[in-house]
Amino acid sequence: MDWLLNFYGGNNMKKSLSVVLSLLFIGIFSPVYANTLKWSMPGDSLTLDPHAQNEGPTHMVSRQVYEGLVTHDIGMNIQPQLATSWENTDPETWIFKIREGVTFHDGSALTASDAAFSIIRAKTDPSDMVDLIKSIKSAKAIDDLTLEIKTEGPNPILLNQLVQIFIMSESWAKANGCEVSYNWDAGETSYCASAANGTGPFKITLREQDVRTIFKRNKSWWGDQSQHNIDTIELLPIKNDATRIAALLSGEIDYTNVVPVQDLERIAASSAHKINQVAQNRTIFFGMDQGSAELFSSNVKGKNPFADKRVRLAMYHALDMDAIKDKVMRGQSFPAGIITAPGVNGYTKAHDTRLPYDPELSKKLLAEAGYPDGFEVTLDCPNDRYVNDEAICVAAIGMFAKIGVKVSLDAKTKSIHFKEVKEGDPNPSDMYMLGWGVPTYDSHYVYSYLLASDGSWNKVNFSDARVDELTAAMGVETDIAKRNELIAEAWDIVQDNVPYLPLHHQVVNQASKSNVDVHARINNEPLFYFANVN
Amino acid sequence: MIIVAFVSFSLFNFVGDPVNNMVGQEASDERREEIRDKLGINDPIYIQFFNFVGNSVQGNFGISYQLKRPVSVLIAERMPATLELVFVSALLAIISGVILGVYTGINRDTFLSNVILVISLAGVSLPTFIIGIMLIYLFSVILGVLPSFGRGEVTDIGFWSTGFLTMSGLKALILPSVTLSLFQMTYVIRLVRAEMMEILQTDYIKFAKARGIKKKIINYKHALKNGLIPVITITGINIGTLIAFSIITETVFQWPGMGSLFINAVYFVDIPIMSAYMIMVAFIFVMINFIVDITYYFIDPRIRIKEENS
Repeated sequence: MDWLLNFYGGNNMKKSLSVVLSLLFIGIFSPVYANTLKWSMPGDSLTLDPHAQNEGPTHMVSRQVYEGLVTHDIGMNIQPQLATSWENTDPETWIFKIREGVTFHDGSALTASDAAFSIIRAKTDPSDMVDLIKSIKSAKAIDDLTLEIKTEGPNPILLNQLVQIFIMSESWAKANGCEVSYNWDAGETSYCASAANGTGPFKITLREQDVRTIFKRNKSWWGDQSQHNIDTIELLPIKNDATRIAALLSGEIDYTNVVPVQDLERIAASSAHKINQVAQNRTIFFGMDQGSAELFSSNVKGKNPFADKRVRLAMYHALDMDAIKDKVMRGQSFPAGIITAPGVNGYTKAHDTRLPYDPELSKKLLAEAGYPDGFEVTLDCPNDRYVNDEAICVAAIGMFAKIGVKVSLDAKTKSIHFKEVKEGDPNPSDMYMLGWGVPTYDSHYVYSYLLASDGSWNKVNFSDARVDELTAAMGVETDIAKRNELIAEAWDIVQDNVPYLPLHHQVVNQASKSNVDVHARINNEPLFYFANVN
Repeated sequence: MIIVAFVSFSLFNFVGDPVNNMVGQEASDERREEIRDKLGINDPIYIQFFNFVGNSVQGNFGISYQLKRPVSVLIAERMPATLELVFVSALLAIISGVILGVYTGINRDTFLSNVILVISLAGVSLPTFIIGIMLIYLFSVILGVLPSFGRGEVTDIGFWSTGFLTMSGLKALILPSVTLSLFQMTYVIRLVRAEMMEILQTDYIKFAKARGIKKKIINYKHALKNGLIPVITITGINIGTLIAFSIITETVFQWPGMGSLFINAVYFVDIPIMSAYMIMVAFIFVMINFIVDITYYFIDPRIRIKEENS
């Protein structure tokens, strides 16, 4: 068609010609009606190589094209995808049955050796998925449709981790020189970074990084084609919030999964658009260094006020999260009583209930702990990482002032903030803001990073022997009922000790035209094979 | 250039840790350290600087931390978009600036002149992104006639991708180039106006008037010609500023140029892209100044005559 239109040239000519021709074609092949969904978010996928970046938008794009052995459905439950079933022959050995009759976009058939190749590729440096699946010791194909994975010790959350590991075609990757995800030393662009060959419901037909990516329906996809009616997805990244929303309102895009809070009312007021909301898999909290002998920024010397649980409780009771929700977040938050999000295994509504806002009780607790006039401390805060991060800190500091604790704010860009929190460089952080998402949807992730004594992000220096024991146990226990008991016990101890001050769960806001249905998920990742344009 | 290289380079030592952005939160400390070693971040600063200068002289700006592609390729891909935008804005600024400047210079204190001057004041005082967003709301959301973002359809001519050849490409160019040119246009209007007013008071113009030469010829042939000399110098230098200003305009309009590449790089602490961009802009500045100095010599006879006399 294109050559014909170009041949006749002239834009108006082109338009009228295409109208005439499409009318003609509708006449011949009716009812063919192509549904295009124009999707926008602030950034683009960094690379189409499915293992080179463990990053949100990158996975969002890869997920439409590539598939894993298992996947999360809309409600984040584990579902079979390229594997139809699995079993443990012993706690360290997993046998997966690979789905029959699946083909890659280039037409070649999926076999167990493709799966084994992909897992090994993902766990080989310089893949960015190395840390996520470091428990996997080996992966090999037993026959064409049987895959065996061995882990280093039992790993009860292997399936959760495998959701993030996309399966590539072994022969295609090898033929195109991308056996590994990127070769730093060669300094060359790998072909797989700008082209994709998956088994998924869509295939990429055009890729201009940061400008436009076009996905077309994969007509030979193995899954249920009738659950979506999208023929073409166009990804058009727009970094500037105001421009993205203007493009939505003017009809240039159909759907965006990132909506700034201040524009929600405007979009809701438009009759042609709608908003979809769900709690996000990210909880915001304050950490207080309770393990060091003395705080770096405090006027109290020789002892650490945060080491006293009464002081931590006093800080907790001083925070009016409902006020922050109304005034700072414009209603866009769910005040939290636990530092992990709903949807994560181990989360309970009971734990997610906040202790009451009670500044009088706070003052009493401070006096009992020996600080009737409060004390001074510095709060480190990012200013470009979480929704309204700095504004939350400013509001909280006002609330702490009411109970006599004089907090000074040190707000800075995320790359400096996280370095300071993690490495104490240039100064140790006595008190800091952090937000935590749980990609495995299991509490063990929270424990191994934030609560175990040796957790690499446990910068509050919380240490409890029983919690350490439980963390180790939940990492290897494969009996689900028993494991859930361990998790529940651990949360009871943590909630009683108040090592962190939970603030709130962030909210995922998506906006679309009224006739476009895309489910909002807690990880903000759209699944277009469940989407419909009506 | 060396100073720019040094300043930009030393700045990057304070922008934070790129490694935290490169690896997931799961990454172990050993792995972070390993990556730092690979990137050379652990070397002493003076060694890093020498490596950097040595490589950039050869046109090798390294590999982007985030995109994992050579920076020189990324910049070459993005350059046409920025240069086309800057070219059109500069043209707009000069043409409309000179026309309006001459008009307001000759017809002082008329109602229209005052209106032009007041509006041009808004052009300087309102920040670029507000003007851009206002234009988007007016022309895209309310009127629905122009696209709010992107570059439209582009045509590839060799290594150069151009938006000049398609209707959607030209349409997409309008809002960003107007936004970007407003500030410069104001500048040119005021400069031309001041020059015209000054020159119209000079003796030779008075003499020309006395000789009965037509007003049109006096205004456009004698006065404007002399008035344009400083305009050329200033606008020449300002083209460099336009390139720098285009960062904001490109971000507002999602224009796929070097500016938006740079902004993304800042967000990810992608040091190779940031330093390459700074060096590029500094280089363009130096080159433009050089060219302007040379043209000045050709345009203004006074400079040549002085030299010939001495």
